[in-house]
Amino acid sequence: MSSLTQTNENSVRAVLEQAVEYAKTQGADAVEVAANNDKGFSISARLGDVETVEHHNQRSLGVTVYRGQAKGSATTNDIKPASIQKTVDAALNIAGHTAEDKFSGLADAELMAYDYPQLDLDHSWGITPEQALELALQCEKSGRDDKRIVNSEGATVNSIRTQISYANSHGFVGDYFGTRHSVSCAVVAGDDNGMQRDYWYSVTRDPKQLEDVESIGRTARERTVRRLSGRSIKTCTVPVLFEPSVARTIFGHFFSAINGSALYREASFLVDSLNKQIFPDWISIHENPHVAGGLGSAPFDNEGVRTQKRDIVNSGVLQAYVLSSYSARKLGLQTTANAGGIHNIQINDSGLSQQELMKNMGTGVLITELIGHGVNTVTGDYSRGAAGFWIENGEIQYPVEEITVAGNLADMFMNISAIGNDIDLHGNIQCGSILIDHLTVAGS
Amino acid sequence: MDSIEIARRQLLLPTGLSDDDVSKALSTALEGSIDYADLYFQSITREAWSLDDGIVKDASFNIEQGVGVRAVVGEKSGFAYSDDIEMAALLESSRAARSIAKSSGSHALQASRIQTGHALYKSESPLLALSEAQKMDLLREADAVARAADPRVKQVMVSLLGLHDVVLVARSDGVFAADVRPLVRFNVSVIAEQNGRREQGSMGGGGRYDYHEFIANNAANEFAQEAVRQALVNLDAKDAPAGNMTVVLGPGWPGVLLHEAIGHGLEGDFNRKKTSAFSDRIGERVASPGVTVVDDGTLPNRRGSLNIDDEGTPTQCTTLIEDGILKGYMQDQLNARLSNTQSTGNGRRESYAHLPMPRMTNTYMLAGQHDPGEIIESVDKGFYAVNFGGGQVDITSGKFVFSASEAYMIENGKITYPVKGATLIGNGPDVLTRVGMIGNDLKLDNGVGTCGKDGQSVPVGVGQPTLRIDGITVGGTQQ
Repeated sequence: MSSLTQTNENSVRAVLEQAVEYAKTQGADAVEVAANNDKGFSISARLGDVETVEHHNQRSLGVTVYRGQAKGSATTNDIKPASIQKTVDAALNIAGHTAEDKFSGLADAELMAYDYPQLDLDHSWGITPEQALELALQCEKSGRDDKRIVNSEGATVNSIRTQISYANSHGFVGDYFGTRHSVSCAVVAGDDNGMQRDYWYSVTRDPKQLEDVESIGRTARERTVRRLSGRSIKTCTVPVLFEPSVARTIFGHFFSAINGSALYREASFLVDSLNKQIFPDWISIHENPHVAGGLGSAPFDNEGVRTQKRDIVNSGVLQAYVLSSYSARKLGLQTTANAGGIHNIQINDSGLSQQELMKNMGTGVLITELIGHGVNTVTGDYSRGAAGFWIENGEIQYPVEEITVAGNLADMFMNISAIGNDIDLHGNIQCGSILIDHLTVAGS
Repeated sequence: MDSIEIARRQLLLPTGLSDDDVSKALSTALEGSIDYADLYFQSITREAWSLDDGIVKDASFNIEQGVGVRAVVGEKSGFAYSDDIEMAALLESSRAARSIAKSSGSHALQASRIQTGHALYKSESPLLALSEAQKMDLLREADAVARAADPRVKQVMVSLLGLHDVVLVARSDGVFAADVRPLVRFNVSVIAEQNGRREQGSMGGGGRYDYHEFIANNAANEFAQEAVRQALVNLDAKDAPAGNMTVVLGPGWPGVLLHEAIGHGLEGDFNRKKTSAFSDRIGERVASPGVTVVDDGTLPNRRGSLNIDDEGTPTQCTTLIEDGILKGYMQDQLNARLSNTQSTGNGRRESYAHLPMPRMTNTYMLAGQHDPGEIIESVDKGFYAVNFGGGQVDITSGKFVFSASEAYMIENGKITYPVKGATLIGNGPDVLTRVGMIGNDLKLDNGVGTCGKDGQSVPVGVGQPTLRIDGITVGGTQQ
């Protein structure tokens, strides 16, 4: 819907190809150019009225050149021919100074996604800002529909369409559109013991698959109200159940630790762990970049390499790392098409509901929020702030807050005793609740 | 050349925009009962050089420019931006932004007047201060020092970043202001290994100056030595304790405590909306006697300082807590107007493509009277944290965390052995009431802080003297 269109979408491929040609004429031995363009809007409503209307239209164009195997990069948000030439020149200037690195260069030509698949990622919403506001208002109204909800941070409707394009001097050029629509709501509950805030959201490629706005508001409200009168608990070592929204972050740390750039620097506790047991033998983890309409789906990675479905963990054993062409060469391996990140991670569950996991746990803590940055990928040491619920006899007793959970990720991975079937489809990493046998919970 | 002239030449002249064109765009944004509108023109030039595995293997150069248009009615903001600084795009953005208003009618545009700011830093581009060869030498020197410092050092990563940010603000109330902002950062991190155990250490610094400062201060040597020292300390660290205990925080960067525990909670937007644990608490005791905390955007050459904020308001030193009593909030234009007060020069935005909001600048606690040694000696058993990673806060509940990266146990008044990093968690509105002793060694951080709020990052500073906190939860693993 953005009215700020400046570029002809179809011309982007030509712009990239011209940049590649120009770089070659200026002395680049190899070159790659990537461009992104985000267009869309963000509308938020608070306390029953519109609060902000933002129109987005953001571009970026990045050039990487190689003189021999010396590398230089430059980016701009101005795609007029003169600016692109200046950007190429800047990258070439840098490549005139940086050191030759025998591992650097484009990804191998035979890996290019010349025949990339269409992944059903582009679903424009076609609503006006006024209609989006109406949805935000309905969502927030539902979020505030409880007398314990005393305030609101509002509800937001976002809709962005991104064009991703990439070309390199192997002659590869590719581009695709992807949409991302979301509705979120954050409300504040209060009682004599203070205020609590929580939120809920839905995000999809296809707006038809968004969760109903009233249901988003209701979940935000319920999640907030249940936190009222939270308290700390005595320091203890107990089983800890992470609900899916936070369980995902624990697998996120796993992916940071098996990322090639951490591995070749030996900056990971999972260095040299290929073909080793990292998780219990019933856990398997797969990457599927070609899920139709998947949030993490991509036909090719940031180097033009064709993505493909693969196993990362089988029966608890690490099968593969997360590599770009550079980190792969440093490790003597082949790229896994993960330049720019991972694409749709699926983790198997134990077939139990969250309720059943709580029963199995008996006494312990259910974590619903984690804050802070206390994760050390070099050592695996883990210590984060948390909030959630105290569980006894498999049932929620009261909300807890001002606690930390701590352990070492290597032990935490091996001590996963179950994964729920309450799989959260919100993100790139999709998993259910995870139950970890024992962790130190620090409190009062 | 003053900053207004530099900004005009860099932002308006290339596409032939005049001051009149700027007024025309503002008038367009004001149509339709808009209370207030502003334009934010920006051009940022950045570079980043990085070394690892002993070679400078990559560097990047980036130019980004654009203009953001905001139109405000009451509590409502309409916002649009363009990457092209030219008249058609500017008018289109102005019309898009003002669509927030539903009624017709127009407020008058005030006559333009130049708002001058402070002169806290030089306007020259720091990127031009050294040649490419000199920049690479700086990286290689740090690498060499770190590798020579100890045979256990296995990896060294060094980075050098510089940016030059030219901004021009034009407001419907007539304010016309500009700022030309340099910012540099130099960082060394190392990984050391001993008996199969690996640990990291890192040291960085920077500010609103140019790269010569790093050479003058021998930063390559100093940062490399310090990063190695931290990594080696961590090689001997035992598991950290778990539970509520007395904690002594070192001076400087541990001031991230203040940023998280009270800083965010005192930003004007949360307090106008009454979603902060500090809402309606001005005049109340929120800290021990002797605790005074300020947010000061006027410190020369500091990373968090600005001559004017991103709304054209000169920055100031705002007292947040005085002798333990809550004194004030940090405001931008919108929240100040809605709260019937004045902006404190804390209106900041990540870029022209983002809406401004109240943000911190340099937030620190003033010095007390105690010798740091005396503070350590006063503790029977406790946790002494001298270096931190980042932190985070839940504004509404007031719960905040910050994570130590170098820490020691204190036993019988003496520092005994290093312990692994751990996250500390507390409650913002009461943690400072447990400040038992305040050191006389106020230090500001080295210029490394980046604050994130609502997805927007801005550079900030923190600082404090050594502090003893009588009870906060330490999130280690040992009971």
